[in-house]
Amino acid sequence: MSWRYLVRRILLLLLVMWTAATINFFIPKLSPRDPIKERLQLAATQGGRNQTGLQAMADAYAHQYGLDQPLWKQYLHALLKVVQFDYGYSISQYPRTVNSVIGDALPWTICLGLVSILIAFVVGTVLGALLGWPRSPGWLRALVPVSMLTSAVPAFVLGFLLIYLFAFRLKAFPLAGAYSQTANPGWSLSFAGDVLDHAFLPAMALVLFQMGGQALQMRGLMVMTVGEDYITFADAKGLRPQRVFLRYAVRNALLPQVTGLVMSLGTFIFSTVLVETLFAYPGLGGLINSAIQVLDFNLLYGITMILVFAVCIATLAVDLIYPLLDPRIRYDRR
Amino acid sequence: MVTPATTSMTMPGRQAWTGRAGSFLRYVRRNPLLAVGLIIFLALVLFSTAGSFLVDTVKAPYPLAAPASLAPSWDYPFGTDAQGRDMLAVMIVGTRLSLKIGLLAGSIGLAVGIVLGLISAFYGGWIDSAIRWIVDVMFTIPSFLVMVVIASLLQQYISIENMAFILAAFAWPGPTRGIRAQVLSLRERQFIQMARLSGMRGPEIIIRELLPNLAPFLLAGFVGALIGAVYGALGLELLGLGSQREPTLGMTFFWMQKYSALLRNLWWWWGIPIAIIILLILSLYFISFALDEWANPRSRRSA
Repeated sequence: MSWRYLVRRILLLLLVMWTAATINFFIPKLSPRDPIKERLQLAATQGGRNQTGLQAMADAYAHQYGLDQPLWKQYLHALLKVVQFDYGYSISQYPRTVNSVIGDALPWTICLGLVSILIAFVVGTVLGALLGWPRSPGWLRALVPVSMLTSAVPAFVLGFLLIYLFAFRLKAFPLAGAYSQTANPGWSLSFAGDVLDHAFLPAMALVLFQMGGQALQMRGLMVMTVGEDYITFADAKGLRPQRVFLRYAVRNALLPQVTGLVMSLGTFIFSTVLVETLFAYPGLGGLINSAIQVLDFNLLYGITMILVFAVCIATLAVDLIYPLLDPRIRYDRR
Repeated sequence: MVTPATTSMTMPGRQAWTGRAGSFLRYVRRNPLLAVGLIIFLALVLFSTAGSFLVDTVKAPYPLAAPASLAPSWDYPFGTDAQGRDMLAVMIVGTRLSLKIGLLAGSIGLAVGIVLGLISAFYGGWIDSAIRWIVDVMFTIPSFLVMVVIASLLQQYISIENMAFILAAFAWPGPTRGIRAQVLSLRERQFIQMARLSGMRGPEIIIRELLPNLAPFLLAGFVGALIGAVYGALGLELLGLGSQREPTLGMTFFWMQKYSALLRNLWWWWGIPIAIIILLILSLYFISFALDEWANPRSRRSA
């Protein structure tokens, strides 16, 4: 792979981060809402304190956050902070930093999200490969409309239906949360079982939704691949059908499928956030939800930037690994 | 693929349009998926428009219009929610509002996509590279999060139109990329070169030759943008970021969650909006699936 391509990709990554940071910086400036003042007002009304000195307090906070500086200074400062991965203090959980609040929530989201996306990818790809293989048994074809249904119905609707059926009606799984309130968090077998019990339904909703799409896409790729001449040739040579299926058809159809996985990361984050909200799961989704309620935009900003960064890195990684998987792809020849 | 396009070479604009419509109708007959999708979608449109003759759309879909938490009955066929909204009215108005957001955002997205795609493909050079870079950047940003930030800052001021504009701001990169690629492949074909030789000017070529041939892609792109916008609106509303006053489908989902309709066993409050959301998204999905095959005959699957 050429250096030119690598440089281009890294430039693109920086451009994405810069655009996201810029949007995130300027949007709050356009908004008529002032989160610090709203927060102080809330504190004043709840604490029963009088409202005098509120403006002075807001000014003091503004000074602390550097909001009394000229706009261009604030902007450069914000960009510098993004580079340093420092998103300041959370407005709603004040003495804590945004990084520590996100640090608590991130493992839940990563476990739930990564495990479901991997299961969905593997199962969906195998299913799609079988659906696109002409010699598969006929009953398998009944799964095509099923996967169309699950990939079209939004994950949060699937999640709600699962809650109704398995948690509310059958009482087989808990309704919400990541572990029981009576449980004792720690590295024990019983706690792990409790966590799995709670993660099952949200993971199921995400897997069903993602899997249908993966299966349909893989099926389409298989149908195209099976039509190629080298498959006919491999058949004519008398190779065993399993070998033609795995080494000739699946292997070649798999590559665009990997890119498809990265392209779907954005929608996957969207679904994860909504499913976590639905299940009151203590991950980033739940955090976004509570940050919206009190307009903790430092926190929202931090979450956005971390997820943008994660998606960028994943895209770059797959693009760089891609030529290793597929010798036909050469970036420098374009 | 340098086969001369003999049929379209001499085809004048109007005949091309009727030809397209005819082939589209034939395609609908052959493709049950498209027919089912269109029927469900049109039924929903009819429900949300003609339905407003059945109910009072000014009062009934808002709180305190009816007794609270009633199961479906003759007076209230879809029941009422915990705040006294007539669910039938909520669904009629809500479907219309959700469709309005989607159509508005989808049309803006497609319009911007057509303009940028055409500019990018026709002028090339640095304009093309710039547009391609911007589209790449927009594709990599998880737009939903940025929309959450925007919507939460505007929260009290958000209206149906604002919602559509926020969604439209992220609805154009897909159409732009698709249309650019199509125009690039079309403009090398012979009928475009013929038109150019016969002295047609740029805009004339675009309107009389390119757009009729782009129609399947535009339609597919529009439905794609529509699905994206309906989805995005539902997601934002589920987080409570929609217009708090208007009874859209997503806000109904939000309220029934907030007032735990499930635990109180008010099945009609959650069941009916979920059924309508599923019908709406499924119908759009079927239409888009079929249109993609119509627009890309090479990916058409032999059954």
